[in-house]
Amino acid sequence: MLAPASGIGLSWNIASDIRELLAYQFMVNAFRAGTIVAVAAGALGWFMVLRRQAFAGHTLAIVSFPGAAGAILLGVSATAGYFTAAIAAALVIAFVPRSLGGRAASSESAVIGTVQAFALACGALFVSLYGGFLNGLTSLLFGTFLGISASQVLTLLVVAAVALAVLAVIARPLFFATVDPDVARVRGVPVRLVSAVFLVLLGAAAAEVSQITGALLVFALLVMPAAAAQQLTARPAVSFVITIGLGLVIVWLGLGAAYFSVYPVGFFITTFGFAAYVLATAGRVAVAAARRRGKLADPVIA
Amino acid sequence: MTPAPAPPGLTHGPLAGVAHRALIGVLHGVFTGLANGPFSGIANALGQPFLRYAFIAGTAIAAASGLVGYFVVLRSQVFTGDALSHVAFTGALAALAAGTSLLIGLYGACVAVALAMAALGARGRADDAAIGSVFAWVLGLGALFLTIYTTSARGANGTSGVSVLFGTIFGLSGTQAVTDTAVSAAVCAAIIVIGRPLLFASIDEAVASASRVPVRTLGFVFLGLVGVTAAAATQAVGALLLLGLLAAPAGTAQRLTARPFRAMWLSAGIAIGSMWAGLLIAYAAPRIPPSFPILAVATGCYLGAFAITRRGALAGPGRRAPAGSDDVRGERVNPLG
Repeated sequence: MLAPASGIGLSWNIASDIRELLAYQFMVNAFRAGTIVAVAAGALGWFMVLRRQAFAGHTLAIVSFPGAAGAILLGVSATAGYFTAAIAAALVIAFVPRSLGGRAASSESAVIGTVQAFALACGALFVSLYGGFLNGLTSLLFGTFLGISASQVLTLLVVAAVALAVLAVIARPLFFATVDPDVARVRGVPVRLVSAVFLVLLGAAAAEVSQITGALLVFALLVMPAAAAQQLTARPAVSFVITIGLGLVIVWLGLGAAYFSVYPVGFFITTFGFAAYVLATAGRVAVAAARRRGKLADPVIA
Repeated sequence: MTPAPAPPGLTHGPLAGVAHRALIGVLHGVFTGLANGPFSGIANALGQPFLRYAFIAGTAIAAASGLVGYFVVLRSQVFTGDALSHVAFTGALAALAAGTSLLIGLYGACVAVALAMAALGARGRADDAAIGSVFAWVLGLGALFLTIYTTSARGANGTSGVSVLFGTIFGLSGTQAVTDTAVSAAVCAAIIVIGRPLLFASIDEAVASASRVPVRTLGFVFLGLVGVTAAAATQAVGALLLLGLLAAPAGTAQRLTARPFRAMWLSAGIAIGSMWAGLLIAYAAPRIPPSFPILAVATGCYLGAFAITRRGALAGPGRRAPAGSDDVRGERVNPLG
């Protein structure tokens, strides 16, 4: 499939490997798209993990699958479907749960579970109505880096730039509202509006990530870098920078590995992301244990 | 299967077992009875073995999902069900990639992970970022196994991945249908046997353990049953959609009645009803994959329940009114303002 006999192969010479990676236009486009997506997902994912809205992010990502499948069925571009569905779902999540009476947490999670399953069922229906498009289904669900066009890269760039600009405007009140919503409300921060805007931005980011990792593996870029960075440091600015850096490294390594093998890009991105998260957690635990041992050792010596 | 001895005070147990067996009996009766009625089209359809297998296995799976799902929602373990659906996909494709039976991977992975989660959950709750990271990786592994399987000689047709994800209830063979029905019936029986203590332990864990209910053991047994149900339901509606079959009927039943055992049976009934309606719609419109109408009917029931209870809440200022007013006027209630 991806390993024809035309001299593609991994060698020990890293410089020549990179030159080979960037020799094809589709690979350059994939790296451009991956870089844009990693930055946008890292920035919004950092706030998402801080706000504990991982389940919402998961739902937005899953909803983008029927959106894309429906768009293909209607003959519209899949990109439009991704964004429309994810942003519409973000608006619904932002405004509905309050009116459902968020008293019983159990009934609320039943709602989310039902919505997710129904969205996926709709996606299955659209794909089946479109007919015999199995490879397309796999890449909608598990991602592909082949055939990303220059215009798609441009769309990703514009959406990411707008999302990051809006995020930069609301970043301070959003952070305030996340850390202490009650005090923020008293100080006149429009907490509900800021939360709603954030969910829409998250929907846009989830739609962008879906186009690289597939709808089911969006978590890999939204959650894993941020979760790993927040294990490493408690200082917001530092962990924000680490998140974006980790996201870029994960995407670049994932795309490179997928180019040199026959396995899907989603697998490599999730694996590298998970490895980063596990290493960060292990490092934090090891440091904490060493510190505790040091503290325990002191009185014994004294 | 021998009926388990019912503990004293368990009035629903034996009745329920009979009810379930009667249900299958009634189903057969309906099939044959309809042959001369106005629904002879449906009856003719049921003469076809694949639809008969789908109805029999689907009924049992739906009943098990409804009963188990009621407790899943009651114990706020919907996210656990979500996790198991991811595991079901990866387990099934790992077994296919390794060249063994799909059932071994499906049941093995689901039950093992369910028990592991029961063990972890007892020590402390992992946060959603940790859970999300693990499941994204599990799905990534599933994508790897899918590629390994479809690029190998065995999986040349490449539809197995799709059928694991979205279910193939019309493709069940006779033996598969028998296996699924037996497994699901066993799950129903087990839930009926442990139903009363499990309800006690779910609603008030502290008091239950004080009155010598084995809360931890029940938690293990229950999550094991969720794993088995997830594995069985994967074949009916698919790994990605089984969450809907667990959550939607149970959520509907909980909105419609506050009485626990009535809600439990209502949940099972709604699940079975959705399954039947979905199968008939899918048979009438062959281009629609059966999982879609099954979940659409279940979701429609949930929406209907919302509409009904909403109107009730608006008509009379019940016990929900204080919470709503608190939400709306949050700023004014806040003493700091």
